Amino acid sequence: MSDITTAETHLDPGLTEGKGRSLWADARRRFFRNKAAVASLAVLALVMLFAVFGQLLTPWSNEEIDWNLLGMIPQEGGPSLENRHFFGVDETGRDLYARVVQGTRISLAVGIVGALISVIVGTTYGAVAGYVGGKTDNAMMRFVDLMMSIPYMFVLILLLVIFSRSIVMLFVGIGMISWLDMARIARGQTLSIKNTEYVEAAQAIGVSTPTIIRRHIVPNLIGVVIVYATLLVPQMIIFESFISFLGLGVQEPSTSWGALINQGAANLRNGTPWMLGFPLAFFVVSLFALFFLGDGLRDALDPKDR
Amino acid sequence: MLTYIARRLLVAIPTLLALIVVSFLLMEFAPGSPFATERGVPAEVLANLEREYGLDRSLIERMGIYVWNVVTQFDFGPSFVFTDRSVNELIAQGFPVTLTYGVWSFIVAVLVGVTLGAFAAIKHNSALDYAAVGITVGAQVLPNFVMAPILVLIFTLWLGWLPGGGWQGGQIEYVILPVIALSTSYMASIARITRSSMLETLNAGYVRTARAKGLPMRRVIFRHALKPAMLPVVSYLGPAFVGMITGSVVIDVFFSTGGIGQFFVNSALARDYSVILGITILFGALTIFFNLLVDVAYAWIDPKIRY
Amino acid sequence: MPLLSVENLGVEFQTPDGTVNAVNGLSFTVDQGETLAIVGESGSGKSQTAFATMGLLARNGRATGKVHFDGQELLALPERDLNRIRGDAVSMIFQDPMTSLNPYLKVGPQMIEVLQLHKGVGKRAARDEAVRMLDAVRIPDAKARLNQYPHEFSGGMRQRIMIAMSLLCRPKLLIADEPTTALDVTVQAQIMKLLAEIRQEFGTAMILITHDLGIVADSCDRTLVMYGGRVMEEGPTDALFAKPSHPYTVGLMKAVPRLDVDQDDLQTIPGEPPDMSRLPKGCPFSPRCAHVRDICRGTMPPLEPHGPLLRACHAPPAEVEKEITA
Repeated sequence: MSDITTAETHLDPGLTEGKGRSLWADARRRFFRNKAAVASLAVLALVMLFAVFGQLLTPWSNEEIDWNLLGMIPQEGGPSLENRHFFGVDETGRDLYARVVQGTRISLAVGIVGALISVIVGTTYGAVAGYVGGKTDNAMMRFVDLMMSIPYMFVLILLLVIFSRSIVMLFVGIGMISWLDMARIARGQTLSIKNTEYVEAAQAIGVSTPTIIRRHIVPNLIGVVIVYATLLVPQMIIFESFISFLGLGVQEPSTSWGALINQGAANLRNGTPWMLGFPLAFFVVSLFALFFLGDGLRDALDPKDR
Repeated sequence: MLTYIARRLLVAIPTLLALIVVSFLLMEFAPGSPFATERGVPAEVLANLEREYGLDRSLIERMGIYVWNVVTQFDFGPSFVFTDRSVNELIAQGFPVTLTYGVWSFIVAVLVGVTLGAFAAIKHNSALDYAAVGITVGAQVLPNFVMAPILVLIFTLWLGWLPGGGWQGGQIEYVILPVIALSTSYMASIARITRSSMLETLNAGYVRTARAKGLPMRRVIFRHALKPAMLPVVSYLGPAFVGMITGSVVIDVFFSTGGIGQFFVNSALARDYSVILGITILFGALTIFFNLLVDVAYAWIDPKIRY
Repeated sequence: MPLLSVENLGVEFQTPDGTVNAVNGLSFTVDQGETLAIVGESGSGKSQTAFATMGLLARNGRATGKVHFDGQELLALPERDLNRIRGDAVSMIFQDPMTSLNPYLKVGPQMIEVLQLHKGVGKRAARDEAVRMLDAVRIPDAKARLNQYPHEFSGGMRQRIMIAMSLLCRPKLLIADEPTTALDVTVQAQIMKLLAEIRQEFGTAMILITHDLGIVADSCDRTLVMYGGRVMEEGPTDALFAKPSHPYTVGLMKAVPRLDVDQDDLQTIPGEPPDMSRLPKGCPFSPRCAHVRDICRGTMPPLEPHGPLLRACHAPPAEVEKEITA
């Protein structure tokens, strides 16, 4: 009896075939039992479809000015099916629907790219620090601490001002910051995996370090990484929106949720509530969905966390 | 304890210096830097710069002078755009405004957040608990730049109760909306952290011991549970502080308070490097100092941390 | 009139997977100055019995039945009145001394507050009494150690502090929930010796909850064997150990390593401890019992006298008893 249990702890749960599949099947079952998470997934799919195909539904482009409405936007510029401005027009007479499509693309792209950078850089950094340990680990994590104690938003704005405000710079800047949390999480997780018996067993039979990291550490990190990456996407979106809200992010005619909310907010007093309402609704609903999705994934993949 | 503070200072000071040096170098090598004399910088500014740093000197010397002036006299030099004003004057004008509603926001976020979270945990699974969880989930998707326009829409445009901008020397009705807009999401985070750590603490063995000793619930909570439950909240105060400082930029701009964030964004748009640099360093220093305070507070609460 | 009498105690928990009955129809008494051992595997409901008595059940737990202590019905008392009794007339020691002392408070204040609360004495007097009590549990340099935090003590020392703290008000009843389980074997012996001495000195009645039969044999007047939230067998310790008549007690005895007999292999009770949310309809031990018969699975046997013992088993005593001697 006791022999069997010890043998089991020597086996990597991510590698044993039958068991490995059942772990993922288990997670899938738990996820689909969570109604809020499944609904969120559906909402996000709709937002994605909107971003990709939304432009096909409107005759207006995001740059075209509807000269018929200029000068009477508060009276005539609201949402209307007649003139095909589904969400109305913005303060310069451009179609808000097309602008929201465009803004959704940018915001989602920033969120996803930011999360991807953080996953690749952060996981690698954290896994190496955690696995190598000792002085290297100490130095690497000190650097992360140091970076974290800097008010990065100001540094990022400084960068944007100095190297001109391009979308590429925005991606780079956001990516530079976002990996820090991920590195910490990956390191902590690596430390605990490193001390498991199946890794010790692999070391004992002489498997090389890179192979252990590739075969044992990384696959077992995936669950946690997916969860935190999902939770990072909304943070990145908030981040970008913040900068664009200040007018320091994406440049006209490109736009993002933050930039659109900014324009809507600036026109609050002009009696054009749709300019704020539509971008705000997209922002809030998508973020809600992303957070619920992240929670659902965490419950599904990392149940011991609860 | 003193040696612990000293050790933390030893880490904080190089961090701050590194921040100053890196920011300075970034500015120095920026395309179109005002230090690059071929750019169309106003003659008065050049004269000011000349006097302050001596543009004929080497990079290292100029950096040395800048760092020296910042560290010894808190002197960030002249503005490049407002030809007649120094960065210090701008900071002196804007900082008290930002500080006023910033401090209030921080107090509100901590007090309301901790109270809400603690009560939610103590009355676990009650209506209050569910309400608290609902608020914290909702506030997650309402960062300051979303809260601010919504608040103005409701309280200024619809209800007409409060002004939607301005400062008027910090009269209370001008402070309320900025404080709510800035504090809500942090209040929610603090409430969430307090709730879960309080729940965990209430299940701890030593809380059961305290109850077994016959202590009334009130005393069990205040004397035995509150302090350990506060530890995660204290560690969150550092990030919350950074978030609030950053968020103040939005508040200053949106509510036109005349606070420091307005100068920051205007300078960023106008490429007024020395102002951006000065404000970045100021906020960096504040952050580093605050993190030091948090570390000390943590060590003071948790006897297991050996200095 | 016994000091404590528990009648038909039930403890149930509401969990996401349904109601779990941790204790069912449990009755026992403890006399003034007497020591009762409650023995069983983990999950047998022995700790929950203690928590229910002290009013310390988890939030989702509920106790039914009657717990009479010193003329008062504890289960019916409002929290305020219960607080006057616990820590004063009844006190408790917990399993893990690493977590049962508050790591964020110095030891002194943790002890002093008990006396201040129940005896209304001043700080100085409470402090002196705390020092005396730490001396009594053999903590050297007690005065200075009051100013230390729990993490500055070893596990055994912390349990001594817990014991000292629980005795401060000279309780009539001390409930010790696995007081030595988390400690080293040598420290275990010291702590048990200390408890025995203190009981003599203060005349305190004690309920000792444990899964360690070795401890029971040395120190307890009576023993109650629990399984699946029910009493299996109960009686004077000597009689019970000399001639156990319940298959579960027999199984427990056989699982104790002995030095005086040459054993090739330690015997274990086959099967797993019971899943409390899916107990069999009849005797909870029936799935693992060597003497099981059809009636066991459907009907819980009543607790009936057999010599000095009380036993709940359908199998004839003679059939079970002969197993231990063989």
